[in-house]
Amino acid sequence: MPNTQYAIRLEHITKTFGDVTANHDVTLEVRRGEILSLLGENGSGKTTLMNMIAGIYYPDEGEIYVGDQAVDIRSPRDALALGIGMIHQHFKLVDVFTALENIALCMEPGEKYDLKKVRSRARAICEKYGFALDLDQKIYEMSVSQKQTLEIVKVLYRGADILILDEPTAVLTPQETEKLFAVMSNMKADGKAVVIITHKLHEVLSISDRVAILRRGEYVGDVATKDADEALLTEMMVGKKVELDIDRPLPVNPVRRLSVHHLSVTGPEGGKVLDDISFDAYGGEILGIAGISGNGQKELLEAIAGLQNADGGAQIQFFAPGTEDKPTSLIGKSPKDIRDAGIHLSFVPEDRLGMGLVGSMGMTDNMMLKSYGSGHSPIVDRKAPRELAEEIREELGVVTPGLNTPVSQLSGGNVQKVLVGRELAASPIVLMTAYAVRGLDINTSYTIYRLLNEQKKKGVAVIYVGEDLDVLLELCDRILVLCGGKANGMLDARTTTKEEVGLRMTNLQQTKEVRA
Amino acid sequence: MSSLIAWILRAIPFGTIIMYGAMGEIVTEKSGNLNLGVPGIMYLGGFAGFASAYFYENSVANPNPVLSVLIALICALAASALGGLIYAFLTITLRANQNVTGLALTTFGMGVANFFGVFILNGSTYSAAPLANKAFAAKIPVLSGLGVLGQTVFSYGFLAYAAIVLALVLHWFFTRTRAGLNLRAVGENPATADAAGINVTKYKYLATCIGAAICGVGGLYYVLDYNQGIWATTGQIEALGWLALALVIFTTWKPLNAIWGAYLFGILYWLYQFLPSILGITMSSAMTDLVQMVPYVVTIVVLIAVSMRRKKEDQPPAHLGLAYFREER
Repeated sequence: MPNTQYAIRLEHITKTFGDVTANHDVTLEVRRGEILSLLGENGSGKTTLMNMIAGIYYPDEGEIYVGDQAVDIRSPRDALALGIGMIHQHFKLVDVFTALENIALCMEPGEKYDLKKVRSRARAICEKYGFALDLDQKIYEMSVSQKQTLEIVKVLYRGADILILDEPTAVLTPQETEKLFAVMSNMKADGKAVVIITHKLHEVLSISDRVAILRRGEYVGDVATKDADEALLTEMMVGKKVELDIDRPLPVNPVRRLSVHHLSVTGPEGGKVLDDISFDAYGGEILGIAGISGNGQKELLEAIAGLQNADGGAQIQFFAPGTEDKPTSLIGKSPKDIRDAGIHLSFVPEDRLGMGLVGSMGMTDNMMLKSYGSGHSPIVDRKAPRELAEEIREELGVVTPGLNTPVSQLSGGNVQKVLVGRELAASPIVLMTAYAVRGLDINTSYTIYRLLNEQKKKGVAVIYVGEDLDVLLELCDRILVLCGGKANGMLDARTTTKEEVGLRMTNLQQTKEVRA
Repeated sequence: MSSLIAWILRAIPFGTIIMYGAMGEIVTEKSGNLNLGVPGIMYLGGFAGFASAYFYENSVANPNPVLSVLIALICALAASALGGLIYAFLTITLRANQNVTGLALTTFGMGVANFFGVFILNGSTYSAAPLANKAFAAKIPVLSGLGVLGQTVFSYGFLAYAAIVLALVLHWFFTRTRAGLNLRAVGENPATADAAGINVTKYKYLATCIGAAICGVGGLYYVLDYNQGIWATTGQIEALGWLALALVIFTTWKPLNAIWGAYLFGILYWLYQFLPSILGITMSSAMTDLVQMVPYVVTIVVLIAVSMRRKKEDQPPAHLGLAYFREER
């Protein structure tokens, strides 16, 4: 394959999952001896695209060439045979195995099972690239960076020429990141093609030779790193502003409803998922929360709703109507108490039915989830929930064969309407929504925006976690940007620009005044 | 002394039955498949082995014991592997719920065995395959005559020794071979195994079918050796199947532990009969059932101890009970 400079070439790749198009007509090539950054927002299809090269997904349309040979990559095994190695964001390691055993899993088919040989070859790789790795350590005893090192050794052991790293720095400290970059440079010098998936601009600029940008599953273009700067990359990544014409009334005499001080949350792996967040939310306004997903949005909402334990020192205060001078602390309250106080979380997780609604139950029963405890009778009241379900169906135009049809059989938009409708019916004082329009068509999205605006006009403090910057900019009054679990600026949505938000999402600003 | 020997003579054959069941289930569970159909599969194996031996004995003028053993073994292995195949197809290919499928398989295996058993029983309460029983239960010549040692160690049918050998082989397979490493990887983290180029589906299918075949030998041993070659309309195999599943947990998924664990279960199971003669404790018959529960109690104690020690190596395969689908997101 020496007659081509391309290590791998993708032509017109399209991949859909159900109704969602993850990649559309992407054409991209990676050269030998270069480090290519694949840049894009969350959900822009970077990982999906690379998974198709690694054999995890199979493209619906399009061709993949390795060298100048058209190839059919049907499984990770095929990818490995072609010299493609991918280091996934979620490590592919067996916890109870030692490092050595994990490497041994990657032996060539038909190779003799000889751990001594594996050990000596792995040692040689470690020495060549300067890794410090204890081959007899169990995975569950390893730190994240050790695991990542092992992943790289595994791929190199397999003799990969094309390396794909999916957000390798997300879990690393700056020092570890530097070490990783040194290794990547070594591999590049070795003539290997390296792809790094990331959304951190400074990393892109410091390590890569070329940047390719994806936006909403489509290929935007590429640029040589030496010709790029943060502003240009941000613009390519977030795109030009699109006018949406979402109605946005001015907040009418905002009252402080929620006050969060120094909120930190420690994640299951020990690190801080939320780091010292402080902000206020006012009734009669929509507060947007922007950020690449996984930067603490979920934890923030859950901490307020009482589903997540906050670290010591945090304060979350709620100002109920009428008693604005006597705030109640929400820390340590049960989710039910918080909900009864009027703080509603209409949380819409990735699978939409996971939290909030029970898929196998009908609309009426789902309404009842919130009311079954009311009253003193041991027999639940089915009448009120049924009427409520009927009302939501009428008002929001939910398309369903019947109130008792399992909601999992409804389309995504209708499920969303049921969920939002139920939360609104409880006349909340603070309403939190997350990804409320994800996967919805335009019309349904506008219905949701209209509903949120109605709440705003009623004086409800709305917190809207979103991923579409255009929507955030037109729907919200203020936008809190999260980056790496830290508050990275509170912006006025009427005056700020898409580039500003995009930049703050990807780049932690030096300590600035964040309280609005 | 003599009652102690009698105790051991009961416990070891009893242990052998559940050792087969447990070893088969360990192989299956190492691939991430929780097959609760062990009792049903033991029924299938036991019945297929008995029926084939029975027909061979009754249709040939001069039946050959070796041939009888071979036929019974092959039929038992094939029938129980087939049971495993049903489970594998439903849970791996169709991704059906493993618990439900396993429990259904238990009912299915019992039903099939008892249904066809009716034709062999033909109205009587039991029928027998004496020749096969003699072949399966044949003691080791010479050695079994060596006093107490010969009596307690060398006086069992060949399957009892084969079980120990199999446990050693399985231990070697899991720790020293590539296929064993791959199989463990599939059960721990199929996505990782898949990314490493291991054919997850193939490993799951093979482990489930081979595991089921091993379980089936337990049923075979029960009918043709332990139960003196008698097929009757009893539900004893089912209880043994559940005990085998408990033993899997007791061994913390390690075949070597299955050897002593199985014998310990055997000793505990027969505790009620030997309490009076050995320890001088007499008890009412109502108590026997309670005492027979001891193996289960021990299993629960082990579960508690293991979960308190939180040692990763003693945990079940991490992906046990879950189906694997590569494109899931």
